[in-house]
Amino acid sequence: MECVFGLVGNGFAIVVADTSAVHSILVHKSNEDKIMVLDSHKLVAASGESGDRVQFTEYIQKNVALYQFRNGIPLTTAAAANFTRGELATALRKNPYSVNILLAGYDKETGPSLYYIDYIASLHKVDKGAFGYGSYFSLSLMDRHYHSGMSVEEAVDLVDKCIMEIRSRLVVAPPNFVIKIVDKDGAREYAWRESVKDASTA
Amino acid sequence: MARYDRAITVFSPDGHLFQVEYALEAVRKGNAAVGVRGTDTIVLGVEKKSTAKLQDTRSVRKIVNLDDHIALACAGLKADARVLINRARIECQSHRLTVEDPVTVEYITRYIAGLQQKYTQSGGVRPFGLSTLIVGFDPYTAVPSLYQTDPSGTFSAWKANATGRNSNSMREFLEKNYKETSGQETIKLAIRALLEVVESGGKNIEIAVMTKEHGLRQLDEAEIDAIVAEIEAEKAAAEAAKKGPPKET
Repeated sequence: MECVFGLVGNGFAIVVADTSAVHSILVHKSNEDKIMVLDSHKLVAASGESGDRVQFTEYIQKNVALYQFRNGIPLTTAAAANFTRGELATALRKNPYSVNILLAGYDKETGPSLYYIDYIASLHKVDKGAFGYGSYFSLSLMDRHYHSGMSVEEAVDLVDKCIMEIRSRLVVAPPNFVIKIVDKDGAREYAWRESVKDASTA
Repeated sequence: MARYDRAITVFSPDGHLFQVEYALEAVRKGNAAVGVRGTDTIVLGVEKKSTAKLQDTRSVRKIVNLDDHIALACAGLKADARVLINRARIECQSHRLTVEDPVTVEYITRYIAGLQQKYTQSGGVRPFGLSTLIVGFDPYTAVPSLYQTDPSGTFSAWKANATGRNSNSMREFLEKNYKETSGQETIKLAIRALLEVVESGGKNIEIAVMTKEHGLRQLDEAEIDAIVAEIEAEKAAAEAAKKGPPKET
């Protein structure tokens, strides 16, 4: 029931993930941030087994940081994506990770990019991508409304359309979503879309 | 005595580990390095021996980052330094991965010193031929620290220290002139210590400044030249003052 999707716009890439942490029929929390800031200009939106998700993305994050210290310059988005895919591929026939990843990044020379990396280590550079049951809805909507070079407003509008569609059409739709964006100024949180706040004591 | 050089696992009859002492000799032949701890700034300085004209100086970085908040300078065998620095960088990230916290300066110093010690007690290996000066700000307390390690694997914390060539003169200077400083004063103190043993000028000195907010910043030649000029001016003024005001006849 986890929904992750994203798209590339004019000088930026945007990724959206649901924020529910679910175990069988219990929702542990509905404000789990599944989009990790990999480094200053990269975002990793991940869905799948929560243990694997955290373990794998943190491992990638620390290795990306190590590369930067060793070499004095950060990895490009393409290099980070290929490294991630390589790690998934190596583990695949021994100890596979059940994690699907959308890696969004901005490089000064090549601009924004989005990579689709699934749990069996496929790697595709895409303009728009999605994982999970929500992808049935978000991909169709993005196919209909996406065009290259969208502005931030247009992209967020499309994202909101997708979220509305998921909320209304998916039987166990996650209530809350987080939106993060990466552009020349870096990777950062853009907004949350909450329809249910965690119950808290007065 | 020559018989006790070979395998470093062997003590000499009078309790020396000669390989370790020879490694310390290698350090004494290495370029001068100095570290000074201020209240909000820590400065590392390294002597730059005359660079070959055709060499790209940017590829010879003597003061390096181990993590966002930790830096290292060393004196001795540079190839050994590369290996040690690589291991330390991996450990910094590994620590962040396992405990979700950046390392403290003491932790990574203990790790590097531990590594250096291991190579004094293993078969078929020689010790690392370098002493390191490790500086940084601890993650949550923001306490500045300066540590030194040596080939034997000992380490300790310092307010200011020097290693490499002529380290004794530099240390003497620091002992005489050290006082609690901050910001620009700390940088000046480090450069003054280096100038005791190095030809003056931005071309012969490499300086890096670590602050809590901005991490490690390498000073460029122009900046160093400016500070050196300031120091020379102060020295000249002090000399003139010593000679006393011209006597009225």
